[in-house]
Amino acid sequence: MSLVLEGFLNTVALTLLSFAGALLAGLLVAVLRIVPVPLLRGVGAVYVEVWRNIPLLAWLVLFVFGLPEVGVKMPLFWTAFTAIALYEAAFVAEALRSGVNSVAAGQGEAARALGLSFRQTLRHVILPQAARRVVQPLANIAIALTMATALAGVVGVVDMTRAAQRINLELAQPLLVFTGVGLCYLVMAAGIGFGARVLERRLA
Amino acid sequence: MFDAPGPRFRRRVFWVSVVSVVVLAGLLALGLRQFAAGGQLDPVRWRPYLTWPVWRYLLGGLWSTVVAAFATGVLAMAGGLLLALRPNRFTRAYAEVMRTVPVLLLVYVMLFVLPSFGVNLPLFWKLVVPLALSHAASYAVIFRAGVESVDPGQREAGLSLGMAHGVVTRFVVLPQAVRHMTPLLVTQAVSLLKDTSLGYVVSYTELLFNGRVLANYNGLLIQTFIVVAFIYLVVNLALSRLAHRLEASRARTAR
Repeated sequence: MSLVLEGFLNTVALTLLSFAGALLAGLLVAVLRIVPVPLLRGVGAVYVEVWRNIPLLAWLVLFVFGLPEVGVKMPLFWTAFTAIALYEAAFVAEALRSGVNSVAAGQGEAARALGLSFRQTLRHVILPQAARRVVQPLANIAIALTMATALAGVVGVVDMTRAAQRINLELAQPLLVFTGVGLCYLVMAAGIGFGARVLERRLA
Repeated sequence: MFDAPGPRFRRRVFWVSVVSVVVLAGLLALGLRQFAAGGQLDPVRWRPYLTWPVWRYLLGGLWSTVVAAFATGVLAMAGGLLLALRPNRFTRAYAEVMRTVPVLLLVYVMLFVLPSFGVNLPLFWKLVVPLALSHAASYAVIFRAGVESVDPGQREAGLSLGMAHGVVTRFVVLPQAVRHMTPLLVTQAVSLLKDTSLGYVVSYTELLFNGRVLANYNGLLIQTFIVVAFIYLVVNLALSRLAHRLEASRARTAR
């Protein structure tokens, strides 16, 4: 039973931490993608394309088994965290960018016509309008991230899915175990959806 | 979001560019030094990847990846269409569950649960069936959103011209819906191709699994998986580019 608890806690911790990390890194990449410096925009675009187009499992394998070989040694949990956070950051960056782009161009033009600087335009005109529109896409990314943490089980982290598989070998109660774990994921996703709705209403 | 830059602003952009080039070069050098220190940049460790047998093996894996992705895509689209056409409580619950439960869990059910009930599929299907079950839900969402994105006036106009329901759907609604859906369908195709990397778990000989076998065989773990990651990158980028090209040409002919 302790295995269940360990798996559940690991999944929750990995989800929360990775999402926080993905938000931070994603914000940085999104900023890179909209600044007026062409070079930095290119760097942001390359980051997104490279991370988005390679499977997370390939990143996890590369990080978990590859990093120690080049002398970067981290605990397994934190290696998985790094890979998942950097991977999801690409999706977060795209969600943030399309949120900013969804604000009508006339808004930015009007702000500039009033003499606001780039930073003021962003801070007082664009971002408040974009914030509302990115809540739902970000919640979808959070749910996808919850599912993605299961892949950490493949490279050795004892997460919920991994725990289910191991318990099943001992207990031989497959229906009970897998349905239970499935329900846990459902509850987590429902929690994220609920939080997003509350946040959306607060921002509206 | 910014005006055409004036001279002062352009100077600032120039200096920011210079600083970021220096910073990026520094980071790159640091990373390369770390790699070189472990002997990972040794040409001996990279030379195998210039030989045909290694590529033949990896490209064989890629072929299996594409076959699995294609089979999954066909099944998932059929399932998605079915789900989208019959919006009732069951299909909605199905989509909700499938969009929150990890595919890996379904794969484990295939691998460890169903055999004890006497259902033991070949490896290929152990990968494709869970993927198709899960992606069908995503396709259903895309299809429904695509059909709903077409202005209801379009259908009404078609009906008022005396077209039958089926004819309106086929010649008026669907062509427009497909055009709206194309970007999402591409994203979905890329995500599907990436998900076939679960063959690593199932032991289906797709690209990532072949990478694992190769790395076990020649001991060049980092090099192998970097090459594998690069192949995924090239294939998925090509897929997105192709779709954009198609979309652009169709958008031109539509006018």
